[in-house]
Amino acid sequence: MKNCLVVDDSKVIRKVARHILETLNFNVNEAEDGREALTRCEEQMPDVVLLDWNMPVMSGMEFLRTLRQQTIERQPKVVFCTTENDTAHIRAAIEAGADEYVMKPFDRETLESKLQIVGVA
Amino acid sequence: MEVTDAAIRILAGLLEARTGQQLAISRRWRIETALKSLMRERGFDSLDQLLGDIVSGREPALSDAVVDALLNNETYFYRDRQPFELLMIGAFTALQKARAREKRLSIWCAGCSTGQEAYSIAMTIADEKERWDGWTVDIVATDVSRGAIAQARNGLYSQFEVQRGLPVVQMIRHFAAEGEGQWRLNEAIRGKVRFKTQSLMDAPPAPGRFDVILCRNVLLYFHAAARSAVFDRLSQAIAHDGYLMLGAGETVIGQSDAFVSSTEFRGIYSPTSRRTTVPASSAA
Ligand SMILES: C[S@@+](CC[C@H](N)C(=O)[O-])C[C@H]1O[C@@H](n2cnc3c(N)ncnc32)[C@H](O)[C@@H]1O
Repeated sequence: MKNCLVVDDSKVIRKVARHILETLNFNVNEAEDGREALTRCEEQMPDVVLLDWNMPVMSGMEFLRTLRQQTIERQPKVVFCTTENDTAHIRAAIEAGADEYVMKPFDRETLESKLQIVGVA
Repeated sequence: MEVTDAAIRILAGLLEARTGQQLAISRRWRIETALKSLMRERGFDSLDQLLGDIVSGREPALSDAVVDALLNNETYFYRDRQPFELLMIGAFTALQKARAREKRLSIWCAGCSTGQEAYSIAMTIADEKERWDGWTVDIVATDVSRGAIAQARNGLYSQFEVQRGLPVVQMIRHFAAEGEGQWRLNEAIRGKVRFKTQSLMDAPPAPGRFDVILCRNVLLYFHAAARSAVFDRLSQAIAHDGYLMLGAGETVIGQSDAFVSSTEFRGIYSPTSRRTTVPASSAA
């Protein structure tokens, strides 16, 4: 079973994502912001991170940059999942090391296909 | 809205005549939802009224719209990723060898819905510049649904459609945001596909001989005789060394003698005539 860390300050989004991911056979952990996400990663490095952009304390971008600087054996796949739906944001995310990008709102099919593209589903 | 058995019989007859597809009674709820918005749009109070207008043949466009509404148009970019890659990498490489002199390939997406399948091929080819340098690849895409073909030609997709199956890097390379949550495919890729409203029950589109035919997730609801007739027609439209690709859960086995499983590529089919025509021309 693969591990997915859902990072989003909205409890509702985390719940929806968890539900979809569990039906796709993922083991799901949650974090409310970038800082908590880093702690979760220290405890257990997930296979994939579903990452919101705007969050208090530490944004998705800051989290991603910090994560990508770490020397770890196997970097997790990172899928941005955000309402920042313009090409400028998307390009910036890819440059910072994101593997995929999901524009909110999303549905099960979208998420599933993106997880297949990054090779975890 | 009540959908009586009599109504279903009329709708089923219409659909089958136009497309070869059977209307399963078990999908009665689908018929209801499919026709509800159409009735609202066109101001019909009851299904009987709508059927009355269809049967009288007063407005031919109405039957088109009803057939459109009854069809399942589900599709997405790079559907069934692995077999699709096998086609793009394996089968296309074999064909590139076989056509090294003329450097020309023709592809037919039969039952292309809103265009994602044909555009996935066009984008892949555009992204592999070196591999396709000097090649002409004709892509023809047909569907019986007018609405689907109109959207395909337009190349305009909702946020849900554009994300499904399409890697984000390709999305930003080939699409531009347009208005609220809409994404338009660039002209460069749109121009690579020739779309046509046409049924598989009719003769194949020009040029009539294709190196690759994709007919995926189309024949599921056809009744056996229509399905086997389609396979025959496809076999006449395919090059002797061409490849046919069906949907992930589909097969020709037990449905038609016109195709056999490809010995090289899993889930891909070769025309049976390959065996009989090849020795005749290359025996010496
Ligand atoms: C489920 S979609 C599949 C689209 C695409 N090939 C794919 O695999 O994603 C099936 C399409 O077949 C079309 N179709 C059904 N009967 C047809 C016929 N007789 N001739 C041409 N297209 C047909 C429908 O309109 C629909 O767009």
